[in-house]
Amino acid sequence: MAQDRNKARQSQVIDDNLKRVYQDMLDEKVPDRFLDLLSQLKGQQENGNHGETK
Amino acid sequence: MSADPRDEIVEHLPALRAFALSLTRNGALADDMVQDSLVKAWTKIDSYEPGTNMRAWLFTILRNTYYSNRRKAGREVADVDGVYTASLSEKPAHDGRLQMTDFHAAFAKLNDEQREALILVGASGFSYEEAAGMCGVAVGTIKSRTNRARARLAELMHLDMDEALEMTDGATLAVISGNRTASVG
Repeated sequence: MAQDRNKARQSQVIDDNLKRVYQDMLDEKVPDRFLDLLSQLKGQQENGNHGETK
Repeated sequence: MSADPRDEIVEHLPALRAFALSLTRNGALADDMVQDSLVKAWTKIDSYEPGTNMRAWLFTILRNTYYSNRRKAGREVADVDGVYTASLSEKPAHDGRLQMTDFHAAFAKLNDEQREALILVGASGFSYEEAAGMCGVAVGTIKSRTNRARARLAELMHLDMDEALEMTDGATLAVISGNRTASVG
């Protein structure tokens, strides 16, 4: 059916554009606050390492 | 010490932020949610099964954070249509590219569940099954959400009309315009 194809094509167009929008967001630089947070968490863990198993 | 799965979290930061932005459409709110999720992920690493999809696990934490905040707020947390849209640079439209402002505006009109399903399945490449697991719903529910979301976007963007014509080659153009003889031959 042409209608099904139309729908499939629409989905394709939408997904393609969705991926571009998503890719734009992925390409944004991650703010330092998150990297800082992770190293802070890691630091806390190492300082307060209560005999964590290997 | 054996490899700490927590060391992998950093690799998923861009994806986690992208997912948060898609859900909230609000940069500040998204970053707050990412921050909360990182702390939760870090402290609840025991609930992560090594060898499974860490991104899916992180996304699940983030979406649970989002929906529980939304419940607490009693309403939609983010009804700030277009806030994030405005921060994205406009790109020229050609070759199947929709006008980004239009697309963002249409995307923002979907409900949270539809937007989420579409991002997980349509953009991030999760399977229906994975997305269903992350959202805690049946596979059929995810399928119908993505279908409804796509239909709604198409409707909002008048995709079967002018815009679609610009972005298609001859064969698909015929399909879209419903001219079966030209496409099927």
